Amino acid sequence: MNNDNKKWYSLNLKKSPKVDSCGCGNDSGSCSGEKTKDGYDQVMNVSMGRRAAFKKITAGFLIGAGAVSSSCSVVSGDENKEKSGIEWEEYFKGNYKLMTDKEKEETVNRLTRSYELRTGEKINMTSKDAEKDVLFGYAFNISKCQGYMDCVNACVEENNQDRATEMQYIRIHEMEDGKGFNFEESDDNYYHEVPAEGHFYMGTQCFHCDNPPCVEVCPVQATWKEKDGIVVIDYDWCVGCRYCMAACPYDGRRFNWKTPEVPEQEVNKKQHYLGNRLRKKGVMEKCTFCIQRSREGQNPACVEACPTGARTFGNLLDPKSNIRWILENKKVFRLKEDLGTEPKFWYYMD
Amino acid sequence: MKTLKVFGNLIKDGFLEVTHGSKAYHVWMAVLSFIMLVGMYSYSIQLEEGLSATGMTDRVSWGLYISNFTFLVGVAAAAVMLVLPAYVLKNIDFKQAVLIGEGLAVAALCMCLVFVIADMGGPARLWHMIPVIGVFNFPNSMLTWDVLVLNGYLFINITIPMYILIMRYQGKTPNPKIYIPGVFLSVFWAVGIHMVTAFLYQGLQARPFWNNALLGPRFLASAFAAGPALIIIVLAIIRKFTAFKIPDTTIKKISMIVTVAAQINLIMLVSELFKEFYAPTHHSISAVYLFFGLEGKTALLPWIWTSISLNVVATIVLTFHKLRSNLNILYVVCGMLFIAIWIEKGFGLIVPGFIPGPWGKIAEYTPTLVEISVTLGIWAMGAFIFTILAKTGIAVELGQLVYKKKN
Repeated sequence: MNNDNKKWYSLNLKKSPKVDSCGCGNDSGSCSGEKTKDGYDQVMNVSMGRRAAFKKITAGFLIGAGAVSSSCSVVSGDENKEKSGIEWEEYFKGNYKLMTDKEKEETVNRLTRSYELRTGEKINMTSKDAEKDVLFGYAFNISKCQGYMDCVNACVEENNQDRATEMQYIRIHEMEDGKGFNFEESDDNYYHEVPAEGHFYMGTQCFHCDNPPCVEVCPVQATWKEKDGIVVIDYDWCVGCRYCMAACPYDGRRFNWKTPEVPEQEVNKKQHYLGNRLRKKGVMEKCTFCIQRSREGQNPACVEACPTGARTFGNLLDPKSNIRWILENKKVFRLKEDLGTEPKFWYYMD
Repeated sequence: MKTLKVFGNLIKDGFLEVTHGSKAYHVWMAVLSFIMLVGMYSYSIQLEEGLSATGMTDRVSWGLYISNFTFLVGVAAAAVMLVLPAYVLKNIDFKQAVLIGEGLAVAALCMCLVFVIADMGGPARLWHMIPVIGVFNFPNSMLTWDVLVLNGYLFINITIPMYILIMRYQGKTPNPKIYIPGVFLSVFWAVGIHMVTAFLYQGLQARPFWNNALLGPRFLASAFAAGPALIIIVLAIIRKFTAFKIPDTTIKKISMIVTVAAQINLIMLVSELFKEFYAPTHHSISAVYLFFGLEGKTALLPWIWTSISLNVVATIVLTFHKLRSNLNILYVVCGMLFIAIWIEKGFGLIVPGFIPGPWGKIAEYTPTLVEISVTLGIWAMGAFIFTILAKTGIAVELGQLVYKKKN
């Protein structure tokens, strides 16, 4: 993100502007594919080779174990063999951020096939990269929100969140009139008719910071900022240390404390590798601005579901977009700006 | 080749040594093994169910495991306070204590690493963190720094005593030119593991309770009180149960270190309390929760006030030379100090960082039985490792274990 095309006021806390968010050395579009190799790349490419070696060595150790018992067994059919083969490949795959386009395609195919083997249903998963000249931003109209929570429901359905623990990415805070933005006294877990008299509502979720503290602290780079500004997680690379959760000032991240459960008929089958594909226990997840929708040019589910029009989503680099109109014509503000995180999520009032 | 053979024999002799002992020794090891087994069983439940088997939630996402990890980093680093005077200032008194101290450091570091692994959501995927085959986010993530310094410190603390023991085992005198550079390195390294572990928390702008410049220095002070306090207790036990001679002066010198560190720690506590409560800001709210409770949520209150009272009483007693010189009083006071700092640098530090949450939500944390028994199991593992190391080390030092004596 260059400072030239930054369309908002910033604190300028950092000494030097961060030119490139993802470190892959590729300024346009995707983080993979053809590009000139910088030092980082060279190291990482070597490591892919070494990981293959590690895989082979480990294979040697495990030869007596489960993998073999299923592949040599007379009873188990070809499907089981294929399943354990897929599990094997999946366990040893690399970090998505560093995969080539071919590797991305392969893992998507494996995951799709594995789901089919398990449930007999087909899913449609993509690994679509960021578009050129796109930087997503979000605006929230506090005057309009009535606390209906349709956004929350739409989000849960769209993003295949665990139903058993009622995981939600969005929190709607019910605030009392006359007390200002007093989060301490607000209620983010209400069960009564809305809008309640004498109250106003404000939603929070992952703000997709331009300077995300969660990304810095991850020990394995399982979370990063994409070219279009979306902060994503590679669910298969995350080791579950929850350091990012401690680092997030906005309560934007969620952890799978147990195996997530989504009833088969409720699974959203239109999926993205970095978005709403099914997660496993022990990994982080969060709002991805519905990457499976937004990269196809659609609005995130919360924006679409909002009955009051409080939510606006769009491309910050497009001068004709609604979000740009709001940033230029409304008195917008962001939360906890003093922390220097530069959220791409603005609030405003009519 | 010869060194390898000596090492092999030391392992063999050491194995014989640790499998033979008095009845009390066998009972002690059996009890530890039992606790470890219970811990392992509990961990298997946690692996099966996921971390939902613990009391941690999205609101308080680190609990007992990370608390104990933090505290034990301090214990591990404190060994260096004994290493320094013994080897560098040629203070004979400390020599026996050093071997024990380094054994303690190794045991504490093993516990640290196991606590971190127990806290992971995906321990099977930890190979992602191994440089070269995985992705090691160095130098951006403080956690990768911590992995480096802890493993490096473990390496140093294994090699130095190992060298000394192998020399003694052969009846030779260890060459100071070989081990003194290592000792110097470990001194700097010990400060490093402290600061890096403190930076792990200190660097998070999201958590004002930790984002505090005093965190690192206070870590050092409290650890240099708790670590040597533990060493005094351990030395007292060893003196009672083995033929290993530890003169009173050694214990008294160590108690000086404990006293000074405890005093400095108390000054820093006062400074912290002053800052939080003289002119309370929004950022003091976690401290309010810790010391006084918020909206009727008071889970940490009994703990922190126990900790503070023990801390203050212990420091006052230590300050008086007459009281400190009475060894029986000293042992009790050291025990008090150890418990006080375990609370203060454990869940008294980690849990309030999450309460209230980023949007002011006050959700408390109570560890589950699974979590507690895994924690006890890891402590038992630490005690087990230490007992083995100390028993072998003492036998070598006493000349009971000598190369080629038996064969």
